Amino acid sequence: MGRKQRRLIIILLSALCLAAAAALVMLAFRDNIVFFFGPSEIKAGKVQPGKRIRVGGLVVEGSVVKVGEKVSFGITDGNESVDIHYVGILPDLFREGQGIVAEGVLNQNLVFTASEVLAKHDENYMPPEVAEALKKSGHWKEGMEQ
Amino acid sequence: MRRLFFVLPIVVFLALLAAMFWGLNSERDPGALPSMLIGKQAPVFSLPDLYDQGLVDEGVLADGTPKLLSFFASWCIPCLAEHPVLKSLANDRGINIIGVAWKNKADDAKGWLEKHGNPYQLTLHDLPGRTGIDWGVYGIPETFLVDGKGKVIFRHAGPLTPQILSKKLMPLLEGLGL
Amino acid sequence: MINEIGHFALVLALGLAIAQSLFSLWGAAKRDLTLMTIGRRAAYLQFFALALSFAALTNAFLVSDFSLAVVAENSHSAKPLLFKFAGVWGNHEGSILLWVLILALFGAAVSWFGQGLPVTLQARVIGVQGLIGLGFLAFIVGTSDPFLRVFPAPLDGRDLNPLLQDIGLAIHPPMLYLGYVGFSVAFAFAIAALLEGQVDAAWGRWVRPWTLVAWIFLTGGISLGSWWAYYELGWGGWWFWDPVENVSFMPWLTGTALLHSAIVVEKREALRSWTILLAILTFSLSLIGTFIVRSGLLTSVHAFAVDPERGVFILGLLAIAIGGSLILYAWRAPDMKGGGIFAPVSREGALLLNNLLLATAMATVFLGTLYPLIIEAINGAKISIGPPFYSQTFVPLMVPLLVAMGIGPLLPWKRGDLVKLAGRLKLVALMTAFVMAIVLWKDAGQLWPVFGIGLAAWVISTALVDLAGRLGLPKASLAVAWKRAGGLPRAAYGMALAHIGLAVAVIGMVGSSFWTEEFIGLMKSGDSQDLAGYHFQLEKMEAAEGPNYQARRAIVSVQDSGGNKYTMEPEQRFYPVRKQTTTEAAIRTTLWGDVYVTLGEVQKDGVVLRLAFRSMIPWLWFGALLLVLGGLLSLSDRRLRVAAPSKVSEA
Repeated sequence: MGRKQRRLIIILLSALCLAAAAALVMLAFRDNIVFFFGPSEIKAGKVQPGKRIRVGGLVVEGSVVKVGEKVSFGITDGNESVDIHYVGILPDLFREGQGIVAEGVLNQNLVFTASEVLAKHDENYMPPEVAEALKKSGHWKEGMEQ
Repeated sequence: MRRLFFVLPIVVFLALLAAMFWGLNSERDPGALPSMLIGKQAPVFSLPDLYDQGLVDEGVLADGTPKLLSFFASWCIPCLAEHPVLKSLANDRGINIIGVAWKNKADDAKGWLEKHGNPYQLTLHDLPGRTGIDWGVYGIPETFLVDGKGKVIFRHAGPLTPQILSKKLMPLLEGLGL
Repeated sequence: MINEIGHFALVLALGLAIAQSLFSLWGAAKRDLTLMTIGRRAAYLQFFALALSFAALTNAFLVSDFSLAVVAENSHSAKPLLFKFAGVWGNHEGSILLWVLILALFGAAVSWFGQGLPVTLQARVIGVQGLIGLGFLAFIVGTSDPFLRVFPAPLDGRDLNPLLQDIGLAIHPPMLYLGYVGFSVAFAFAIAALLEGQVDAAWGRWVRPWTLVAWIFLTGGISLGSWWAYYELGWGGWWFWDPVENVSFMPWLTGTALLHSAIVVEKREALRSWTILLAILTFSLSLIGTFIVRSGLLTSVHAFAVDPERGVFILGLLAIAIGGSLILYAWRAPDMKGGGIFAPVSREGALLLNNLLLATAMATVFLGTLYPLIIEAINGAKISIGPPFYSQTFVPLMVPLLVAMGIGPLLPWKRGDLVKLAGRLKLVALMTAFVMAIVLWKDAGQLWPVFGIGLAAWVISTALVDLAGRLGLPKASLAVAWKRAGGLPRAAYGMALAHIGLAVAVIGMVGSSFWTEEFIGLMKSGDSQDLAGYHFQLEKMEAAEGPNYQARRAIVSVQDSGGNKYTMEPEQRFYPVRKQTTTEAAIRTTLWGDVYVTLGEVQKDGVVLRLAFRSMIPWLWFGALLLVLGGLLSLSDRRLRVAAPSKVSEA
């Protein structure tokens, strides 16, 4: 086998590898990109129910209700709030007023069922997406702009 | 043609570099949340005076004199660390400082101020910590600079150190004519 | 006073880094031995200066000198000594200082152990290392001075983030850095080779041990980080495809590829320009990793504090280091001659396939990690990419990799024979089928774990068949084989051990993904629950006190199917200084998995407990250990020792 053929085989092999990876990536991108939304966008109907998304916002004061391992709470970006249901142990840093990110699925009644709730390992944490959603809503807290 | 292959890595890297450089711009700074308050009116609040002088609202921040708003608590060790800085600001430079005792029992806060000196022109009491949340306080100490019209100009999370004072806060205070 | 000495030594190191790069590179260009010797000496001195500086900073942490800003912000007088020590690198300034200290250590090591290298090559390697050190020292002195004073000194510090107060995390960053920074040597070798315009078998032989050292540390560092997440975060997960994890994983993937392609350069002088590119890429990815962790560029659960000024500085460094080396590569690499010819079915062919798959796998991780940033830059949409993306892209690429990993060592160099190969694979196929049948019988219904564990069995049995073949089995007698076993190079055992280690880790990954059983629920004292053949009973709750925290503790008694009884005590700790709570899981390790109990919320009518049996997890850690041991064994092979004179003359 000559040098040319050898090179051809190598190039074909690499192309095959890349094509396989590209196909896998395309396929994965089709259903696995998790989009991030704020409560206002959800209330405005921008989210298709049943699709896996992340929502973020500040935990509404006094909204946390715990029954055994089931938790429900609201998160807000200052304009709108969304109810979240979650089963499991909340992160250590979960508190009212704290910024959190939840990953899960929205149902027809705009209630969000989270499979995961994240807070950061540092109390100085404000997930950037949350900051963004709050910024987009134009308010950091109701009444601030008056 | 063959050389083109060897240039490919640079092209990819340049694209990446552009994305990363963009990602660093201050607009997108993930710590940008505090700056949301900056340039805006201070949040509405209504807090009792620590020394039982009645309720105080955000109007106090719009009396014409620029002020610092400082969140503190007796249980907070870094607060003690920044205390001398606040005292020298109040005593030597005559800056008005409003203290907010955050999630702190009234007696503890009073005792602490008595022991370490009170640099505050006015001390408010935020026992439930709600106002702190409205202000976006992460943890204390935190200090805000509000101009005479109730607009937030600067925020610092963590103890005020002499470096931060001289590098960041002083130029702003001087800009306000203080 | 000690702090001032430390600060002075730091600035001195900056000067020495300039001298190191200047004299070495100039000397190499002029072929002037004196200049090159000065460069080498400067490398030693730079290391000593940085060691002194680091010792001074360590001292400040140990004696709780709160007049230093870093100490005041990250330490506390009531902290246990070990964590005061770990606090030195538990913050931005200290961690970067550790980074350059390690860089200087490698620079000094090349000066010391690299005396068998051609002088100009060695000088250029040291020079390039000096340049990297120069960049990062300028970064420290300019934007992240660890010896910055606070005045007046606070009475006590802010304490280290309690989650970081953990033995696993105390040693995790230094190991990771040893890995990241270790690849700087391979990088420097690549740049030096481009400058020299020559890559030969000897170059491959010299690069390999250095790459191996870095790879061992990186493997250890990543495993420790994963282990830490597993038992400290209390979720029982060990890999989250979080950007911070991904950035350490990418150099591992290319580093592994480099390790293998360097063999081809060494044995066959093929794949030369590709190997050079891999060396550049591996260190570049390490730099990007350092950058991403520090800049807050990507959303991550664990990132250091953000400072845009620092981010811009590091980005500038990245642009110079990576951009510069890639330009040099585009300019010089095309002139390198292609190497020995080989057939597609051959050892080289298998190693090439390994490289292609590893590089492609790295590309998918890279894309998944940076895609959100790129999309945001293009149209502002906020997206995140989670584990499902990786299990659909990265994981399928690992399947052919594992298959090839088994076959590769069985193939001869240059040209393989498919018929002969098939003969040797008969036994392997038999062993694999046997294991798959057992798994299928034990766990009817799920095909994926059967497939995954079958792959692992494939790799393990090929490694064993290969070793047996090298010993002459089954033809030779056991006594002859035993004699040969002593004569086999350690690198052969190292490879087999590392390959088996990866396979064992794969078993852990597959088992824990498919067979873990979990229960989350509210339990009162006296309540019990059965799970995975274990009987759990919550005995009582109690309070406990630690050196700098208070804790709530659940006493849970557990009985296994064999009737053995023991108690497990998960805790929730509260650190008053930082007002932070952490979860301490109670874990009991058995051969087939971990019993894992975490304590959740305490409520009026009980506590939320999370009981789990995490199947096969210990295999994952054991596999990682085997990988590291395999690496160490290979490293101890005298043929890999750079200074071995016989090899140098042979080259």
